[in-house]
Amino acid sequence: MDNVSVMEKANYEVRTNKVMPLSILSLDGKVNEDLLPDLSDDQLRELMRRMVFTRTWDQRAISLQRQGRLGFYAPVSGQEASMIGSEFALNKEDFVCPGYRDMPQIVWHGLPMYQAFLYSKGHQHGGEIPEDVNVLMPQIIIGAQIVQSAGVAMGLKKRGKKNVVITYTGDGGSSQGDFYEGMNFAGAFKLPVIFVVQNNGYAISTPSSKQTAAETIAQKGLAAGIKSVQVDGMDVLAMYKAVQDAAERGRNGEGATLIEAITYRFGPHSMSGDDPTKYRTKDEESEWVLKDPIVRFRQYLEAKDLWTEEDETKTIEEAKQTVADQIKKAESTAKMTIPGLIDSMFESTPSHLEEQKKAYLEKEGN
Amino acid sequence: MAQMTMIEAIKDAMRVELERDENVLLFGEDVGHVGGVFRATEGLQKQFGEDRVFDTPLAESGIGGLALGLGIQGFRPIAEIQFIGFIFEVMDSIAAQASRMRYRSGGKYNSPITFRTPFGGGVHAPELHTDSLEGLMMQTPGIKVVVPSNPYDAKGLLISAIRDNDPVFFMEHLKLYRSFRGEVPEGEYTVPIGKANVVREGSDVTIITYGAMVHTSLKAAEELEKQGVQAEVIDLRTLMPLDIETIVESVKKTNRAIVVQEAQKTSGAAAEIMAQINEKAILHLEAPVIRVAAPDTVVAFGQIEKEWLPNEKKVIAGVNQVINF
Ligand SMILES: Cc1ncc(C[n+]2csc(CCOP(=O)(O)OP(=O)(O)O)c2C)c(N)n1
Ligand SMILES: [Mg+2]
Repeated sequence: MDNVSVMEKANYEVRTNKVMPLSILSLDGKVNEDLLPDLSDDQLRELMRRMVFTRTWDQRAISLQRQGRLGFYAPVSGQEASMIGSEFALNKEDFVCPGYRDMPQIVWHGLPMYQAFLYSKGHQHGGEIPEDVNVLMPQIIIGAQIVQSAGVAMGLKKRGKKNVVITYTGDGGSSQGDFYEGMNFAGAFKLPVIFVVQNNGYAISTPSSKQTAAETIAQKGLAAGIKSVQVDGMDVLAMYKAVQDAAERGRNGEGATLIEAITYRFGPHSMSGDDPTKYRTKDEESEWVLKDPIVRFRQYLEAKDLWTEEDETKTIEEAKQTVADQIKKAESTAKMTIPGLIDSMFESTPSHLEEQKKAYLEKEGN
Repeated sequence: MAQMTMIEAIKDAMRVELERDENVLLFGEDVGHVGGVFRATEGLQKQFGEDRVFDTPLAESGIGGLALGLGIQGFRPIAEIQFIGFIFEVMDSIAAQASRMRYRSGGKYNSPITFRTPFGGGVHAPELHTDSLEGLMMQTPGIKVVVPSNPYDAKGLLISAIRDNDPVFFMEHLKLYRSFRGEVPEGEYTVPIGKANVVREGSDVTIITYGAMVHTSLKAAEELEKQGVQAEVIDLRTLMPLDIETIVESVKKTNRAIVVQEAQKTSGAAAEIMAQINEKAILHLEAPVIRVAAPDTVVAFGQIEKEWLPNEKKVIAGVNQVINF
């Protein structure tokens, strides 16, 4: 304020620009060549394989849950592009802090699928994250993963690592105080975090129009001084590119990025009694089905002769087989025990817990 | 009288109060349009309009602050926290703000807020959905803590909570929501906050409990009767303020007591009850008071939830321990 002069034109209101979400792939499978990320044919095929695989896995998980063979499950179909495309742009050493719906990302990042199943069943071995897998288990407390990401990122930065942290939440999650705090910290400390908000239009039953008066969720990152973009979350190439760009910035010390991915969940919120017909219209649902990320990408790949019906069938079969094997493995894992649970609370079990363990074992022995 | 489940009785209480007092407001995540994830508020937005029954953005801290501010403006907020594990996000509003508004404003303002939240195990909910956090709340001066065990009490206690001029933490056990029906009078009536209920009379031992464990304890008492042990069962209904008179009166009669809680063992409601029995009735005891509770671990929400939770067998073993002391 050292140069106070007469204002020529009143221009003191802060505004955001209108944005168009980044989109590379059209609904009929055409691409914008200028924006196309650099992906080999094999990588393109792998992206497709992962999306098709994930959809089948999702369908199988839903029926396993209905049979009582899984616990909590949040369906993912519709969101494959934002989930798979974003994770695919990372390195194995990058760190993933997911929300409860983001199981696909951490499994593709290395968590064995049977552990995801065990986690759903409430078995503690589900969360015994393998040494070389850089993830946290899905967060239940919406927003907690976002603030934690800043900490993981600061740690990576202090250790001189060239890795980034990606964290996911939803349109609902973007209302939490933790969401602002996480972004603000990442901005203030210039941390390599990629905040992905998968805006699927609803937080359980509450439409995103009731979450915020802001025109976009993306603009919320601006207030934290971090780069903020909006992306067509049904477009796997756009998601890949957005995260790749963000990761590159993070690795180069340029700080955090907020990515708002516009997407839709085709299924219910979770398998615990949610009925989408109570808050969504059939018309709206069918409109989104036209944007199905798998259909769109398939058209593109088929035109390039990179994907055939045979590939599709083979992938679906492979997914079914994998799920069958992995649930079997989960179901044959030794049952969790109360003494085991007690021993998992502290590095060394304090005496009051030893006593509780002993009391339990004595009673069981009777 | 109508036969209602506990969740219907809870809804009925809110309907009665929304009707009676235009200052009553009801809000939280998903409580408006769809009527809550358990349908505890179903139809209330339709009946009373979006001005009085509404969905909030997903932010518990925001919900708590909103309730506090509305309380200052003379409204009587019923704030739903969707599951108990999320109260950590609103703990500042509850424990550091609402609880001391009366004190901090010299009585000018108060927080006539009812924080409703489902809790309680045995329904296979995911982690951080079923924890019994009443002990945390009891340790917060300025908050009342209510835990109904049946439809009749739920309605009467909730009406009392809504009318209370101080903040009330109202805990609704998930397992009791729909597991049975009970007689519930139409219209208004109250069950007073701070008054326990002797739900079974007996002369040999007192089982002090609340919430879903009331039913577990009653079943245990029936079994014990077959062994010739007459157990008295006290349903506390309110943990803060605690009806220590009723407890002491019973202990003076039976000379033996156990406290049954679903929560983890250490530093919870049971610990407080035992301390007060010690202060007020130790010379009437024939055996140390013990507690039947869950181990001091995170809630075992999956496979071993049933083993982890206190059950009839553990209550019987507890009673036998104090009887055979
Ligand atoms: C702190 C917290 N509050 C509330 C909930 C309950 N809850 C689980 S999912 C959900 C809606 C989340 O919506 P959104 O962030 O849009 O993600 P989506 O489910 O659409 O993927 C709510 C309210 C929770 N898990 N954690
Ligand atoms: Mg959402």
